[in-house]
Amino acid sequence: MVDNIKRSLLVALWFVFLTFPLMVVKVNTLKNIVEWRWINMLWVAIGSFVLSIVWRWAMERRQLKSKKAEQGEEESVKPGFGQRLLEDPKIFKPVLIVLALVTLVFPLVVDIYQANIMVLALIFVVLGLGLNVTVGLAGLLDLGYVAFFAVGAYTYGVLNSFFGFGFWISLPLGGLMGALFGIVLGFPILRLRGDYLAIVTLGFGSIAKIVIENWEEVFNGAKGIANIPRPGFFGAEMSIHTATTYTYYIMILMVLFAIFITNRLKDSRVGRAWMALREDEIACVAMGVDMARTKLSAYAFGAFWAGLAGVIFASRNTYINPNSFTFMESALVLSIVVMGGMGSIIGVIIAALVLILMPEYLRAFSEYRMLMFGAVMVLMMIFRPEGLIANVRRKYAGRKVVTEDANA
Amino acid sequence: MEYFLELSSSGLVRGSIYALIALGYTMVYGIIQLINFAHGEIYMIGAFVALIVSGVLTIYGFSGISILILAALIAVIYAAAYGYTLEKIAYRPLRNAPRLSPLISAIGMSLFLQNYVLLAQTPDFLRFPALIPDFEFMEPIAHIMGSPELVIVVTSAVSMVGLTVLIKYTRIGKAMRATQQDMTMARLVGVNVDNVISMTFIIGSVLAAIGGVLVGSYIGQINFYIGFMAGVKAFTAAVLGGIGNIPGAVLGALVLGLTEAYAAGYISSAYEDVFAFGVLVLILIFRPSGLLGKAVKQKV
Amino acid sequence: MLEVSKTMAEPDNILLEVKDLTMDFGGLRAVDSVSLNVCPGEIVALIGPNGAGKTTFFNCVTGMYKPTNGAVMVHPPEGKSQKINGFKSNRVTTIGMARTFQNIRLFKNMTVLENVMIGRHCRTTTSIIGAILRGSKTRRQERETVEISYDLLEKVGLVDVADEFAKNLPYGAQRRLEIARAMATDPFLLLLDEPAAGMNPQETKALDELIVRIRDTEKISILLIEHDMKLVMNISDRIYVMEYGKEIAQGSPMDIRNDPKVIKAYLGEDSDA
Repeated sequence: MVDNIKRSLLVALWFVFLTFPLMVVKVNTLKNIVEWRWINMLWVAIGSFVLSIVWRWAMERRQLKSKKAEQGEEESVKPGFGQRLLEDPKIFKPVLIVLALVTLVFPLVVDIYQANIMVLALIFVVLGLGLNVTVGLAGLLDLGYVAFFAVGAYTYGVLNSFFGFGFWISLPLGGLMGALFGIVLGFPILRLRGDYLAIVTLGFGSIAKIVIENWEEVFNGAKGIANIPRPGFFGAEMSIHTATTYTYYIMILMVLFAIFITNRLKDSRVGRAWMALREDEIACVAMGVDMARTKLSAYAFGAFWAGLAGVIFASRNTYINPNSFTFMESALVLSIVVMGGMGSIIGVIIAALVLILMPEYLRAFSEYRMLMFGAVMVLMMIFRPEGLIANVRRKYAGRKVVTEDANA
Repeated sequence: MEYFLELSSSGLVRGSIYALIALGYTMVYGIIQLINFAHGEIYMIGAFVALIVSGVLTIYGFSGISILILAALIAVIYAAAYGYTLEKIAYRPLRNAPRLSPLISAIGMSLFLQNYVLLAQTPDFLRFPALIPDFEFMEPIAHIMGSPELVIVVTSAVSMVGLTVLIKYTRIGKAMRATQQDMTMARLVGVNVDNVISMTFIIGSVLAAIGGVLVGSYIGQINFYIGFMAGVKAFTAAVLGGIGNIPGAVLGALVLGLTEAYAAGYISSAYEDVFAFGVLVLILIFRPSGLLGKAVKQKV
Repeated sequence: MLEVSKTMAEPDNILLEVKDLTMDFGGLRAVDSVSLNVCPGEIVALIGPNGAGKTTFFNCVTGMYKPTNGAVMVHPPEGKSQKINGFKSNRVTTIGMARTFQNIRLFKNMTVLENVMIGRHCRTTTSIIGAILRGSKTRRQERETVEISYDLLEKVGLVDVADEFAKNLPYGAQRRLEIARAMATDPFLLLLDEPAAGMNPQETKALDELIVRIRDTEKISILLIEHDMKLVMNISDRIYVMEYGKEIAQGSPMDIRNDPKVIKAYLGEDSDA
């Protein structure tokens, strides 16, 4: 313990040194003034000391865990609290009912601002669920996911401003365009190794933004497209408030739809192939799985949801410009997936809600949010790579049960 | 013709900067097969430290070349310290993790460092003092290549020669090459692999910081976000040359720098970044081993 | 031994026919015009010192590498004969040749059962749309997949751990799981790359019985690479020997045991045979 404290003191000293020029000194090169913020040094010292102690403790636990795993003492014997919560119908059912009720009445009891934020959060839930398939299930790290989001949003924006297409026609078109772009962009990069794929997709994401920014004739450049209509309801006139509530319910339906579909896929021939591809590409192909088709389908499927979400995003904001589609959005969705636990649907939903709503409600937090996302990504990888809620694999009924089933 | 020379000079300058950053990517990748996504951030931090130091020194009455040298020196020390710490926190615990884990951790680190600088300093662009003096002998060709350009190209060249010497002839260089060949074997014959990896990060960071100081002084302004784009481009250069290959990184950086300069000059500067990414995508698809890299068959 | 002499005569029906297969890596010739046949109902072994090119040979046959020269012909019991050089490995598997790996390549974070179910992938057809709609055909296929996979797990003795993650299995069990996974693809020929590596004598003996049982009851022929001489001599009908990429001998276990070239190249260094 003494040793621990001594070392943490050294760490604190190191970080005081490390952060000194950036945290303490602030120069104004125009007016030639230096500002010395000594108080920051104290915060850094205290902060890094505490964190170092926590870090040490966590590292020790981590080592213990991996040692146990090596000796075959799997700690998976006792499922985590979250998992038990999900498996026990006695707890699960009432929780679900309460949740459903809250979800239903939510827009009726809150103001338009809150409902609007919730819509945004739900859009990110859909994005998270989509990317979760590409990254979490199929193991294809996509750093340019925002490109497909942009494709969806601009599909609606462009179709509407040029041809007057409405929301309901544009919605499926946006999804399809997303999937189409997924296939077109996915095709040439099929053979790339995981980390190269990540960088190329990052490139695609950036290219998409630059093209939108510079192609004035179609996308109206940096000015963006304005006056995009909110979702319509058989041409009925709606106040902004009603329209927002309406969008909220559309979004809820879409989330349910996404959950339903990803759930079905997860435990299907296609979903298993995705996972096998993630686990071991060579073995997967050797077992007769067509790599190209499997990868493309995962890529396009993820892109499809981004396209759909993009259309709704455009209709929610009624205005889109290239600045909504930067690498930060890709990183945000990725941290949702990483935090939620790759492959886990519930985890992704919770992570999306937390990461989007928290900065909205905790103003102090919003400034630090990208900082925290970064830290969370690192810490999750080190201490909990399986995410907050680990993906639980389905258990299939034994043979006897199945045959009975078949005979029935 | 003159326009062409101007573009060539500008391409050469860009290429030199990319090369300084690309070397860090390529060395790290060569040893632990990790795309150190946060490497661009080290470059940015180097530039910031140099700006802060030179600002303080100017106010306290230092002048001219002494500022440049002190600022560069301190920037280099800090970048090395950041690079070392970065590896220890974000990558070392993940050395045996699945391949994507350290990459995600690296992306997280990149976000963290960007926003750390944003919050600790400012989200706005800061004016960077012109630290590089004007040489008289450059006067006649200043419209094609001025003193700052010359300094950048020469400094980069010297750094790269220094790196080559270091890797070829020193003890640590030998250990680095051994680790790159076969980490397990290197460890067995007594190479302290952890130290070698730390050293690789430190050297890469030093080079990136030199790049940061030069760019800041050349362009005249910096912000917290400059590392991202520069990092991606330097990575492109490293891949273009064949990742893990040191001369390749330099060659790739020069090719990329010149391509960008010509494309911006003759076609359109708005799409400048598209060209860089386009080159990256094409190279990765058609020749993932790069210009000088050897194709490696995946072991089954 | 009787069986051995019976299959020595060149039978007219061949399953896998490899002719003069050559594989170069840059300047290095890893496999140098090797020919090999496998007939129905046979267990054929490919042996040789480390680095002889056996695994490379396997990789060429199963489509992991495209051979530089030579021909890999298959004559499936049902279906047409074809040359499969350069086919992707998923096509080779679909045609009916499935393999295991020397350095076990299971899907570690999937359950044991799911690992086997992946093997059924190429024999089922559910698409994304099908999986979403989950119609009667999809449900039937899914049921069959589960059923067949459980059957296979029973055969290799892993039914009790069907819901475990593959990574949590002991070593020997992982090897058996790989075999079950390969069998799930309905192969006519099973290619086993050092199936006994790292097993203790009891496990090896059980594996020995398992391989013979697969041949006899499942009617699947077997081509295996192995270092365990006892296993090879026990169960193989015919043996091919490779050294430095070349084929130096072939014949019954008896022939191989007495072949001076083989003794010099291989057995001479390895006295436990």
